[in-house]
Amino acid sequence: MALKISRKMLPWIFLAPMLMMIIFSWIAPVLLTVYLGFTDLSSKNFLDFIRNFFTENVHLTLENFEKIFFAKDPYVVEALTITAIYVVSVLSINAIFALVLSIAIAYFVRNEIVSMLLRVSWLIPRIMPGIIYALVWNWFIDPKYGLLNTLLKFAGVPEALLPESWLLSPPYSQILMIVVNGYVGASFGMIIYTAAIKSIPTDIINAALVDGASDFQIARHIIVPLLKWPMLFVISWQTLSLLSSYEYILMIWGSGGGGGYAGIARAAKVMVWSLYSYSKAFAAEEHLYGYASALSLILVIVGVVLIITYFKIFGFRRLMEPSRIEV
Amino acid sequence: MVKVILDNVSKFFGKVKAVIDLNLRIGDGEFVALLGPSGCGKTTTLLMVAGIYKPTKGKILFDDKDVTKLPPRDRNVGMVFQSYALYPHMSVYDNIAFPLRLKKVPRNEIDRKVKQVAKLLRIEELLHRKPSQLSGGQQQRVALGRALVKEPDVLLLDEPLSNLDAKLRVVMRAELKRLQKELKITTIYVTHDQVEAMSMADRIAVMNAGKLQQYAPPTELYNKPANLFVAGFIGAPPMNFIEGLIKEINGEYYFDSEYFKLKLVNEIGEIIASKTSETIMGFRPENAKIILEEKPNTIQGKVYVVEPLGKDIIVNIKIGDMIVKILTRPGAELTPGQNIWLQLDMKKIHFFEKQTGKAII
Repeated sequence: MALKISRKMLPWIFLAPMLMMIIFSWIAPVLLTVYLGFTDLSSKNFLDFIRNFFTENVHLTLENFEKIFFAKDPYVVEALTITAIYVVSVLSINAIFALVLSIAIAYFVRNEIVSMLLRVSWLIPRIMPGIIYALVWNWFIDPKYGLLNTLLKFAGVPEALLPESWLLSPPYSQILMIVVNGYVGASFGMIIYTAAIKSIPTDIINAALVDGASDFQIARHIIVPLLKWPMLFVISWQTLSLLSSYEYILMIWGSGGGGGYAGIARAAKVMVWSLYSYSKAFAAEEHLYGYASALSLILVIVGVVLIITYFKIFGFRRLMEPSRIEV
Repeated sequence: MVKVILDNVSKFFGKVKAVIDLNLRIGDGEFVALLGPSGCGKTTTLLMVAGIYKPTKGKILFDDKDVTKLPPRDRNVGMVFQSYALYPHMSVYDNIAFPLRLKKVPRNEIDRKVKQVAKLLRIEELLHRKPSQLSGGQQQRVALGRALVKEPDVLLLDEPLSNLDAKLRVVMRAELKRLQKELKITTIYVTHDQVEAMSMADRIAVMNAGKLQQYAPPTELYNKPANLFVAGFIGAPPMNFIEGLIKEINGEYYFDSEYFKLKLVNEIGEIIASKTSETIMGFRPENAKIILEEKPNTIQGKVYVVEPLGKDIIVNIKIGDMIVKILTRPGAELTPGQNIWLQLDMKKIHFFEKQTGKAII
């Protein structure tokens, strides 16, 4: 009897630490975000709010969402546009460019050692502390001392096309934002894709060679279709992390000095939605926690909708179907 | 269809010598089996013929054309892999059509050929399925269909039956042989199963440790093995081997082992004695008779254990410290420990040089 109960309980005992983590670090914050999104919490009424937390004395309001949806906050549309540009461009680098890169590294480069060196070199920004990565970029793009402009001039780009400041003049600042995030992000896709490519049985590649396929045709007809699952994973994962990521933008534009990052990021037109939400909560004078929560909530909803769409596009249900084997 | 010639072909992977100086001539429309234990270099040989591996040394010719440096797609070979290697994301139809699509064959022509091959292999009703929805036997047919659809000059089969259950294997063996004779495609068949090789191939190339041991038709391989390896590898249960010396006593020749002495036919004894005195005698389990009383020129032994197989029985007999296996019909009751005598068919015994393992007679 004792054994029977423990057998039923056992999975839950093992799962408990994980479930606790999920509850405290994921579900609770989401619920809190939902709650705060409907309040007018700010630094002005912070103490009152803490006292009345979850009681009817808290002033529940739709004002935040009115601000977002009825364009009462003029900056919402711009943040939305910048976020769209940011997510779509960086995602293409992370998912599509990383795929091309992975096929090149894991299939076309036959030498295992060369292939490994290339993979590692692409991983360096990921294993480097983020702040150092951001600082390196800051030096790299410096108009006076940085290498970037010199390199571009050397490559034949006319001086008139080069910006005075990569940080501050859009669209150069936006290009910078995309490249900085794309370079780091592509390594994630590359790791997933190269592992998946290496796990394709050699027999299948050999069969395609015997069937008359060229290397390029193997990449197109065999490798890419077999990477459907890793692609779904990379795209979903990267979409979610891009929607909520602003750390490199904060570090690069935040270290620019003078006026605080919020002002600089806004002027440089690199203020993505999540950074905007962050700045509303922690940077602006008023500390609008309620409004920032409402902004974050929109991100969560957009993320969930996108994931469901991806699963539909990739035929998630069909992929999960058990195979029907008849003997 | 073409002749395939392997001219002194070697393949090394770093320090590992997978295939060493292999010479093979495979006739137009011939069915040749590459037979050997795992790691003997047979699959490597096949992949070199396919063009996946480039030989380290030597040449491969299709008819008179040197194909050594040609990529697989310029060789017109069809291949069935041990794992079948069907493309999991394509339907059966697309799998079979794939080689034709790469060749840019017109769409209606592809459709006609795919259906023709599907009919030949009786997989017409499976064309819309995915490989994961097929049984092992069905996958094997699809793999064969994909290899045949482009009408290859050479068909390469890498252990195609090893993933099937025993019953289906017997059926497919006959089926493959019929198909090969019907289509008259030059075929190289890799297997570690001597029964498959013996029952299907026109000629068998026995390989061991990267080297060709013997290349001959099945009956010759069975009756005249070139060395100890071939003699031991072909036939089940395997040939019995007994070490001993050849001695001449008063103009008569004897095979003298530790436990018994056997008088040999004079001519045979002379031939052996002229080459060496240290020999290994071999006889097949079916070439000895068990008798229950002593007769001249027999070997005494004790019944060790009896293995019934249904039609036949295998009797394990202990001679001194050795155990030999005898295949015979069930007859007299044999109990372990019982004394018996073995009468060998003196015309069907083999002698090998002890030093080299080469057959003397």
